[in-house]
Amino acid sequence: MNEKTMTAEEDLRFEQMLAEESVCTKENIVFDRTDTLIDTNMHYCPGCGHGVAHRLIAEVIDELDIQKDTIGVAPVGCSVLAYNYLNIDMNGAAHGRAAAVATGIKRVLPEKYVFTYQGDGDLAAIGTGETIHACNRGENFLIVFINNGIYGMTGGQMAPTTLPGMKSTTSPEGRDIVTMGSPLKITELIAQLPGTYYVTRTAVNSPVNVRKAKAAIKKSFEYQKLNKGTCLVEIVTNCPSNWKMNPVESNKWLEDNMLPFYPLGDIKKPSN
Amino acid sequence: MAKVKGDIVVDINKCKGCELCAVACPQESLELSRKLNSKGYHYIVKIEDNCTGCTNCAMVCPDGIIKVYRKTEKKREQIATITNVTGDITVTVNS
Ligand SMILES: Cc1ncc(C[n+]2csc(CCOP(=O)(O)OP(=O)(O)O)c2C)c(N)n1
Ligand code: SF4
Ligand code: SF4
Ligand code: SF4
Repeated sequence: MNEKTMTAEEDLRFEQMLAEESVCTKENIVFDRTDTLIDTNMHYCPGCGHGVAHRLIAEVIDELDIQKDTIGVAPVGCSVLAYNYLNIDMNGAAHGRAAAVATGIKRVLPEKYVFTYQGDGDLAAIGTGETIHACNRGENFLIVFINNGIYGMTGGQMAPTTLPGMKSTTSPEGRDIVTMGSPLKITELIAQLPGTYYVTRTAVNSPVNVRKAKAAIKKSFEYQKLNKGTCLVEIVTNCPSNWKMNPVESNKWLEDNMLPFYPLGDIKKPSN
Repeated sequence: MAKVKGDIVVDINKCKGCELCAVACPQESLELSRKLNSKGYHYIVKIEDNCTGCTNCAMVCPDGIIKVYRKTEKKREQIATITNVTGDITVTVNS
C-alpha cells in the first residue's frame, strides 16, 4: 500500500502495531527509579558509590513501605546533603555525632525506623566515641557506614581507614603504619560489642555486590522491628576524585586493594 | 524457546559518563557518546540492539538514571500459509 493513501485510522493502527512491538512499554519495566529517591541531579562526582548507596536505601524503604515511618541522620562529609535525595524525614548531625543524634530520635520515637548514613572520617575518626558507645548500648537503629578509605569532601586527607601505603594529601608518601598506625577496622571492632545484633560488610562495585548490599540493608531494617540492638552495614566504596582515578579504574583498584583488606561478608550474624 | 528482549532508557541529561554501566553490561551494548549533554559530560548510548534487560547497568549506575525493560516473547507458532491466486505473495499466519 502506498503510504500517501493511508487514512488517519490506518495510520494510527500502524503506530499502535509498532508500539506493541517495542519493548519499552509500561508492563515491561523491570527496573525504574524508586519513589523515595528524589528525581534530581546528584552533586556527587561521576562514578561515586554514594549514589548507589542512597538508591539502595530508598529501594528498601519503598519495598518495606516504611517511607512515612523512617528517619535518617545525615553526616558531615560528601553525603551531607543526603536529605536532598531521600524523600523521608532527615536530620543533619554535627560531624561524627550521627549515632548520638539517632539515639535521641529513636528513644523519643521508638516506633520509627531510624538510620544514620556516615563516611569513614565521620564515623571512625571524629565520631569514634559516639559510634562505639551507641553500639555498646545496643541502640536500636541501623548505621550505614560508607568506607572509601579517605576524607572525600575536604580533598583527600588520610582517614582511619586509609590502607597501608595508600597515598593521600596528608600521607603523600603513602600511609606509614609505624608513624600513622594501622587502618582501623571499626566494623570488626564494634562486632565484638554485645550491643550489636547484625554487622556486615558489603560493596557496590559490581551488580552482584550491589544486590547483596541491598539485601543487607533490607535485613537490617527488618531486624529493627525486633528491638535487638544496633545493626551496622559497611559499604566499601570508591572515591575516584581523591583516589585520582577514573571511575572504572577506581572500582578495579577497590577490588584489588580495598576488598582484600576489608573482606566482604557477615561479621556478626543474629544467632536465631 | 522463549526469546528475551530487553531495552534501556537513560536520562542522558543526568548522566555523568562514568562508564560503570558500560563495564557492567555483559552484552557490551553501551558506550559513551561523542556529543556532550547539557552538563558537559559524554553520556551513555546504546551501540548494539542486543540488550537482554538483565538490569546490571541499572544496578551499578550511581545516579540511578537507567530504566530497564524486558519482554519475553513466546515462540510464535505458524498456523497457516496463504498464497494469493497469482502465487506472487505468500503470507504466513502466526498464532
Ligand atoms: C568539627 C568538624 N571538623 C572537621 C570538619 C571538616 N570535615 C568535613 S567533612 C570531613 C571528612 C569527611 O570524610 P568522610 O566522613 O570519610 O566522608 P566522605 O566525604 O569521604 O564521604 C571533615 C574532616 C568539619 N566539617 N567539622
Ligand atoms: S569526593 Fe569522593 S566521596 Fe566525595 S563525591 Fe567525589 S568521589 Fe564521592
Ligand atoms: S540491561 Fe543488561 S544487557 Fe541491557 S544494557 Fe543493561 S547491562 Fe546491558
Ligand atoms: S552508570 Fe549512570 S551515570 Fe554512569 S555512565 Fe552509565 S548511565 Fe551515566
